[in-house]
Amino acid sequence: MSVITTKSTQPSGLSEFWYYFSRNKGAVIGLGVFLLVLLTAIFAPLIAPHDPIVPYEGMQRLPPAWSEKGNPMFLLGTDAVGRDMLSRLIFGTRFSLFIGLVVASLSAIAGVLLGLLAGYFRGRVDTFIMRVMDIILAFPSLLLALVLVAVLGPGLVNAMIAISIVNQPHFVRLTRAAVIGEREKEYVVASRVAGAGTFRLMFKTILPNCLAPLIVQATLAFSAAILDAAALGFLGQGAQPPTPEWGTMLADSREFLQSNPWLVTFPGLCILVTVLAINLMGDGLRDALDPKLKRS
Amino acid sequence: MTPVLEAKNIVRNYYLPGGLFKKERTVHAVKGVSFKVEQGKTLAIVGESGCGKSTLARIVTMIDPASGGDLFIDGKKVDIAAGDLTPEIRRKVQIVFQNPYGSLNPRKKIGDILMEPLIINTNTPAAERRELAMVMLKKVGLQEIHFNRYPHMFSGGQRQRIAIARALMLNPRLLVLDEPVSALDLSVQAQVLNLLADLQDELNLTYVFISHDLSVVRYMADDVMVMYFGEAVEYGTRDQVFNNPQHIYTKTLFAATPRADVDTIKARLARKSAALAAS
Amino acid sequence: MALLEIENLVVEFQTSTGPFRAVDGVSLKVDAGEVLAIVGESGSGKSVSMLAAMGLLPWTAKVTADKMVFDGRNLLGMSASERRKIIGKDMSMIFQEPIASLNPCFTVGFQIEEVLRIHLGLDKAARRKRAIELFEAVGIPNPAERLGHFPHQMSGGQCQRVMIAIAIACNPKLLIADEPTTALDVTIQKQILDLLMRLQTEHRMGLIMITHNMGVVAETADRVIVQYKGRKMEEADVLSLFESPKSDYTKALLAALPENATGDRLPTIGEIFKGAAQ
Repeated sequence: MSVITTKSTQPSGLSEFWYYFSRNKGAVIGLGVFLLVLLTAIFAPLIAPHDPIVPYEGMQRLPPAWSEKGNPMFLLGTDAVGRDMLSRLIFGTRFSLFIGLVVASLSAIAGVLLGLLAGYFRGRVDTFIMRVMDIILAFPSLLLALVLVAVLGPGLVNAMIAISIVNQPHFVRLTRAAVIGEREKEYVVASRVAGAGTFRLMFKTILPNCLAPLIVQATLAFSAAILDAAALGFLGQGAQPPTPEWGTMLADSREFLQSNPWLVTFPGLCILVTVLAINLMGDGLRDALDPKLKRS
Repeated sequence: MTPVLEAKNIVRNYYLPGGLFKKERTVHAVKGVSFKVEQGKTLAIVGESGCGKSTLARIVTMIDPASGGDLFIDGKKVDIAAGDLTPEIRRKVQIVFQNPYGSLNPRKKIGDILMEPLIINTNTPAAERRELAMVMLKKVGLQEIHFNRYPHMFSGGQRQRIAIARALMLNPRLLVLDEPVSALDLSVQAQVLNLLADLQDELNLTYVFISHDLSVVRYMADDVMVMYFGEAVEYGTRDQVFNNPQHIYTKTLFAATPRADVDTIKARLARKSAALAAS
Repeated sequence: MALLEIENLVVEFQTSTGPFRAVDGVSLKVDAGEVLAIVGESGSGKSVSMLAAMGLLPWTAKVTADKMVFDGRNLLGMSASERRKIIGKDMSMIFQEPIASLNPCFTVGFQIEEVLRIHLGLDKAARRKRAIELFEAVGIPNPAERLGHFPHQMSGGQCQRVMIAIAIACNPKLLIADEPTTALDVTIQKQILDLLMRLQTEHRMGLIMITHNMGVVAETADRVIVQYKGRKMEEADVLSLFESPKSDYTKALLAALPENATGDRLPTIGEIFKGAAQ
């Protein structure tokens, strides 16, 4: 029988992915900033000049070092109780990334499971799950999160649970749509003909093929979680003081908006930059992973 | 000798419930089809889209149940609606699909695709499974280095070979091939058809070969069944059907197939110059 | 003077693994009223060369040629607006997937009238009249009623007829048909091919038929070009090609046809045709 060869210059999946991802300059910048935030979070104790929780007597509400009343020991100034702003921002990266990771994971896992069940079984299971999701989506997300936190009690962990519940319908919808699309494809039928049971079909055959849109959604859920946690913190329902979470820092400084604007500006900027970076990355991911956009 | 596959009066209806604005209706996809296939032979089912041949393929492969009629595999009656589908029966019939680009799981290496039927249905240990998969891979003309590659790295013809290899992993008695070469180029088509012919000789396989391409059917088939709107309008040996078609649809089908031979060309050119001379 | 004349066409695509040459130095010529078939397997570059002539390739493609002239006008370096005056009017194309080639959001009547409005500038009443005429010419029953139908309400064969109607709406000098019947059933295929040939004779159109089916070539072509991996392997009139093919590749193609099978194994291209375009 004649010998057959395949293309030997096939690029690996990762290099092909990088080729498409790097076309989007915004996405690459977003990735860079995100990595910077990640490194800051990992090496926070080494980078931060001071302890973020310990207040310094007599050093309350000092402006940043470059303005006239500033103190070079506190580069970005201090907050209302005398804690160093820079150190608090640096440690805040840990909380933000932690929140983003946990919330994105929780909503992804729960959402994907429910979406898989709904998309695979259809019928009454599908109707029930989707109606529950519709009910969740009918509420303004922040309001619903507030209600849940009021029920569970304020605090970072409860805030994360609340935000996960509020965010997961997006995953359910995406997964369900992808599963319905893949379910009728021939390779699934082929596995059925080979004798595969329900469990194997759902998790080993169909699910791996639905991952691309889910990865993108998870990235966007990451940034949305940071924003939601900051909002809850701002309303006093999220992380409680003295935790150096950026939203909580905003809440603490609300009353000083006019007199000491830097207290509000810096945490706000951090939230803005991090969320923007992750969104840009998510856009780039979507473009790179979408097979319909492949240009060659 | 009992035929490997026997179908008696298979009927398949699809019931479409009515909604607010449309009436309910029933689609009669297959309307009472009977045939049988002996071991080592090929039955070709010919027809155009909508004739029910793919539906029949799904019924024979026991993916969908028949609405009526009887299906006998190796002489044993199988009714999947009644739960007759045991793993042993499931192993006897396997299928190869038309679309080489959709029938392999894009996220799995082809080695895993080949081993999957063994993992599901047998207790073969891992090393032996790999050995069996490797043997089958080589049997269809691929090489060891292909074992750990993904489907998108292969061409259409190679993927069909992999699909054939997968179908053969469980040593089925009957292979249903739903337009296996329609999506392939001519040269690749020839290779795959040769492979199928060789495998049939070597493993004494029985084929149900669905196609709309009459030249391929003429080459592969022992018996031919022509379907039209869910009915078998012609059924006989290949020579009977091709040399002496009875039904008007079969004759239309033959007349419509473009012929790639010199006499046809000469006749057409003659017609053309006659028409030009007359105008 | 030839209707379409292309010399040494090269089309290169930018891919993630570097530049890829889909068409490598192809030259061809079509006269008015002639049927040229371009035969090849997938990857032969047959569709890409015609898309390059029409200017329909994506931005990642680089098109170069020594000569690309249609009806005395140079297509190379033509501005987009100049090109738009020719495409769809004097030179038009129909594609393989009829239902996918029509816009699913608009009725077929709207789509054919769009061509008439842009290229011929007819008013509403004249457009409708011409649209009905065209539908009758391509054999669509109940044309007036069909104008209000959407593509998904029609079968593949009917959609292809609509595509043909759109393509001949402005009486083009050249019609390029890219595998027009591959996605259709055999009996419908015959009807569509007969229709194309009838229109070609009636309007004295040049017709380029791109296909991989040798039967279609035998039934329609005057001259044939055989392409393989972006290069032209052979060019001949249809009778000579089938009777005495010169190129090894053509011989291998003809031998691999199941109807030409001798014995019970088909000779494969690899066995006959060595030296594949090295």
